[in-house]
Amino acid sequence: MKTKILAIGRHPEILQTVVRLINNNPEWEGAGATTDDEAVLLFSTQAFKIVLLCGGIEPDSENRLRATFNALSPGAIIVQHYGGGSGLLSAEIYQALAK
Amino acid sequence: MAHTVLHKAETRGHASHGWLDSYHSFSFSSYYNPERMNFGALRVLNDDTVDAGMGFGKHPHDNMEIISIPLEGDLEHKDSMNNVAVIKNGDIQAMSAGTGIYHSEYNKDREQRVKFLQIWVYPNKKNVEPRYDQITLNLDDRHNKLQQILSPNPDDEGVWIHQNAWFHLGKFDKGVSTDYTVKGKSNGVYVFVLSGDVKVNDQLLNTRDGYGIWDTDKFTITADTDAEFLLMEVPMEF
Repeated sequence: MKTKILAIGRHPEILQTVVRLINNNPEWEGAGATTDDEAVLLFSTQAFKIVLLCGGIEPDSENRLRATFNALSPGAIIVQHYGGGSGLLSAEIYQALAK
Repeated sequence: MAHTVLHKAETRGHASHGWLDSYHSFSFSSYYNPERMNFGALRVLNDDTVDAGMGFGKHPHDNMEIISIPLEGDLEHKDSMNNVAVIKNGDIQAMSAGTGIYHSEYNKDREQRVKFLQIWVYPNKKNVEPRYDQITLNLDDRHNKLQQILSPNPDDEGVWIHQNAWFHLGKFDKGVSTDYTVKGKSNGVYVFVLSGDVKVNDQLLNTRDGYGIWDTDKFTITADTDAEFLLMEVPMEF
């Protein structure tokens, strides 16, 4: 079964790139959300193992999202994604999966 | 007591993409080594060689301080802030990716390869306004002394980034020695040897070796041969 990964970020093109890169790995399945509402809706209807917080998410939104995700699925791993591209993405996901 | 970590050149990750040959001091792209993730806020140190006429197509970044130091040849930079520039040996380029940028870096020369260091430092602020900067350094200012090429301060020498970091270059004749005093509390220094052999205190380093040192206020760096090296001081906690 593929590991489901939710990426959230405000920059649509960068988010699209991140999701595409996630889906390049046959063991991972990525989905993206640019708004908090969209992210919460996706998270509440699918079993995401990892949430990647990408660029542009305001501190208040991040706090609300973390609290919501922790309440809905305490086992989900929430990590900050840095770099907005291919360089660090795989390592961040591998590290999250190793937790 | 000082803590140290030694990364011999031959232990780096390596990726050959045909047009791009890259050595990774830390995990990057398809190279993943959980023991080699970062040195404090220093996350990426890539030692790249780009074939003539080739380069990195338009691609995005966010939330990262990205520094490029050409060692050989010229790279043409274009970005989504409408910057078009050429960086060459002796220049340093700094980008704050912040909320998001696209850029490309091409070797426009049809005959000469480009060698450059690509360095990523975690920012101390997320979602800053993207910015681009490049300057030309005076090569004489690093002969037998340390030349500051990066700092956290826009008014200081070199380029600046959103992090409590200082970079210096040195080009020392054999036998020349200097002390480096760590500037930031709780900072460490990652030494990367560009050519020749140097000693950091008693540790001998060869070309392309990396050596991190922290929990110390100062150390001595000595050229065992004619040598060039880069010192990257970064926060160990960030």
